[in-house]
Amino acid sequence: MDASGDVQDLHLLDLTKAFGDFVAVDDLTLTIPAGSFFALLGPSGCGKTTTLRMVAGLEDPTQGQILLGETDITHEKPYKRHVNTVFQSYALFPHLDIFENVAFGLRRRGIKNVEPQVTAMLELVELGPLARRKPAQLSGGQQQRVAVARALINQPGVLLLDEPLGALDLKLRRQMQIELKRIQTEVGTTFVHVTHDQEEAMTMADTVAVMNKGRIEQMGAPIDIYDLPQTSFVANFLGQSNLLSGSVNSGGDVLEVSAQGQRFGVPSNRSVVTSGDIVIGVRPEKLSLAAAGEQVADGRNAIPGRVTDASFTGVSTQYLVMTPWDAEWVVFEQNRASAIMRPGDEVTIHWEVRHTFGLAPAEAV
Amino acid sequence: MRWLRKNLIPIIGILVLVYLFIPIAVVAVLSFNKPAGKFNIAWNEFSLSAWQNICGVPGVCGSFVTSLEIGLLATLVGTIFGTMIAFALVRYRFRGRSTTNLLIFLPMATPEVVLGSSLLALFLNLAFPLGFWTVVIAHIMFIISFVVVAVKARLQGMDPRLEEAARDLYADARSTFRHVTFPLVLPGILGAALLGFSLSFDDYIISAFNAGTLVTFPIYIWGAAQRGIPVQVNALATLVFVIALTIVLVSQFINYRRRRMLEAGMSAD
Ligand SMILES: Nc1ncnc2c1ncn2[C@@H]1O[C@H](COP(=O)(O)OP(=O)(O)OP(=O)(O)O)[C@@H](O)[C@H]1O
Ligand SMILES: [Mg+2]
Repeated sequence: MDASGDVQDLHLLDLTKAFGDFVAVDDLTLTIPAGSFFALLGPSGCGKTTTLRMVAGLEDPTQGQILLGETDITHEKPYKRHVNTVFQSYALFPHLDIFENVAFGLRRRGIKNVEPQVTAMLELVELGPLARRKPAQLSGGQQQRVAVARALINQPGVLLLDEPLGALDLKLRRQMQIELKRIQTEVGTTFVHVTHDQEEAMTMADTVAVMNKGRIEQMGAPIDIYDLPQTSFVANFLGQSNLLSGSVNSGGDVLEVSAQGQRFGVPSNRSVVTSGDIVIGVRPEKLSLAAAGEQVADGRNAIPGRVTDASFTGVSTQYLVMTPWDAEWVVFEQNRASAIMRPGDEVTIHWEVRHTFGLAPAEAV
Repeated sequence: MRWLRKNLIPIIGILVLVYLFIPIAVVAVLSFNKPAGKFNIAWNEFSLSAWQNICGVPGVCGSFVTSLEIGLLATLVGTIFGTMIAFALVRYRFRGRSTTNLLIFLPMATPEVVLGSSLLALFLNLAFPLGFWTVVIAHIMFIISFVVVAVKARLQGMDPRLEEAARDLYADARSTFRHVTFPLVLPGILGAALLGFSLSFDDYIISAFNAGTLVTFPIYIWGAAQRGIPVQVNALATLVFVIALTIVLVSQFINYRRRRMLEAGMSAD
C-alpha cells in the first residue's frame, strides 16, 4: 500500500474564505480525528461546500491553514493532496465507462495494472456487472456509488462527500446511508460528510459539527448535541425544541428561572448562562400532557396551554399546544398514556427539570 | 379522413424527404446519361462512359483535387485556430475579449460578395499573388468563425465540476486537458470541422474573387455551365454523395450495434 493509505487527523486552523466582502467561511477551527465519520451539517448557503473545496484544494483560502497530520496542505495543488471528493452532482466523466471512471485516479498516478484494484472496488460498491456501462446508463443510486468508488480507490487520507445523497429519493437515501456507513467501517478512511439533513447527520456520523453563516455553532457526538444544544440555532436545526425566555432568580445546582410569571428549574450544568437573562428549552419528546385540573407531580416544570392540533402517527401522537403567551409548543407523546387529547382541550405541559437546558438570550430567535 | 389524420405525419415526412432528395436523384440518374446535345438536361440513352472515364474531360479531376486540398488544409488550420480562440474566449478574461467575441461573428454575418471583394482588395494592396494560398487564407477565415462558435458552445455547456473532479483525482493541468476537457469538446470540434470542410469545398463567391487563375471545383462547374456541364461532373458529385452517405450509415450502424449490446447487457443483470 502506498503512502496515501495513511489515515491522519485533519486540522482546520482559523480557516477563512471571503468572496469579495462576503465571508462564506468565517475563522473555522476544528480537528477531524483520523478514521472518524464526521458530518458537517448546516442550512443551504452556510459555507459547507466552500469548506470542502478548500480542503480539496479547489478553492484558495483567504486566511488560515489546513493540516493533514503534520503536513501543511493549505496551498498544495489539488492533484497532489491525498484527499478525494465525492461531488454534490457526482461529476462522473460522461465519456468514460464505469471501469475507466473508477480507474481514473490510479492511471493518473501512473499505476500500471489497475484491473485487480478496480475490480475489487467495484465489488465493494456492488457494481461489478456494470463496469462497461457509461454513467448516463446508470440509475441515480448507482452513479452515486461509482462516485464513491472513484474517490475511494485512491485510498485518500480523507474522503470528502458533498451532499452525496441529496439527489436520491427518501428510500434510496436510507439505503445508501447504511451502505456508506458500511463502506466507511470497512475501509477505515476519515469521511467528511456534508449534509443539510439533520437526521442523516445524526444516524451516520460519530461527530457532527453544526454550521451556520460560515461558523461552527456546536460540535460533538450527535447524542450530546441533541441532548444539550448550546445555541438556539442548534436547538432548532438539529431536531425541534420548545424555547422560552426568562431570567435567572437564583443560582445553585438548579437555577430558578422565572418566565411568563411562572417558575422553572434548570440544572446549572445544562445552562450556558447562570445569571441574568436566559432562554430555557426542552425537546418535544421530553414533554407530557395532563388534563388541566389534574395534579402534576412536585418538582416538575409545568406550563398551561390549549391543544390546537393533534396528529396521531401510530407509535406517538404529535400535539401543538398554544401557551397563554401565544407561543406554539410541540409535544410528542408515546401512545402509552390512557387518554388522547383533542384540539380544544385545556392541558398542562409538564417535564422533568433535568431535561431542561438553558441558552444565552442573545441567541434567541 | 381518419386514415389521413392518423398517417399525416409520415406522409408529410416522406414528402419533405422526396423534396430534399429529388435534386440529388436527378444528378445521380443523369450521370448514367448520354446527352443528345451539349447540355445534360434530358434523358437520352443509358451509358457508363462518364463513370468509366471519370477524369476524361480536361480540368474536372484537377479542379476536384484542388478543392479537396484547399478544403482539407483550410479546415485543419481553421479548426486548430478556432479551437484555441474558443478556449481563450471561454476560459480567460482579457482586454478586448468582448470585442473579439463580436468580431468572430462578422465573417458569418457579412455577405460573401462583400467578404470576397474586400479580401481581394486587401491582397491587391499587399501585392500578394492570387492563387491557391489566397483561397486557403480566405477559407481559413470563415472556417475559424464556425469552429469558434461551435467549440465555445460546447465548452460553455461543459460542467466545470468535471475538470475539478479530474484535478481532484491526481490529474495535473495537462492530463486534465488531455483526458477530460479535450475528449468532451472533441465532438464539437469534429462537427465544426465537417461543416467547415463542406463550406470550403462548395464555396464559389469568395473563391472566385481570390483565385486568380486557379480553378477550384465550383469555379470549374460554373465555367462549364456556360458550355454544357460534362457528365463526369454528375458522376463525381454522385460519388461524393455516396461516400458521405456510407460514412453516415456506417457510424449509425456502429452506434446501433453498441446500443443493442448494452441493452442485452442490461437485461442480463
Ligand atoms: N465563487 C463564489 N463567488 C461568490 N460567492 C460564492 C461563491 N461560492 C459560494 N459563494 C457564496 O458562499 C456561500 C456559501 O456557499 P456554499 O456553496 O459553501 O454553501 P453550502 O453550505 O454548500 O450550501 P448548499 O447546502 O446550498 O450547497 C453562499 O452564500 C454562496 O452564495
Ligand atoms: Mg453545497
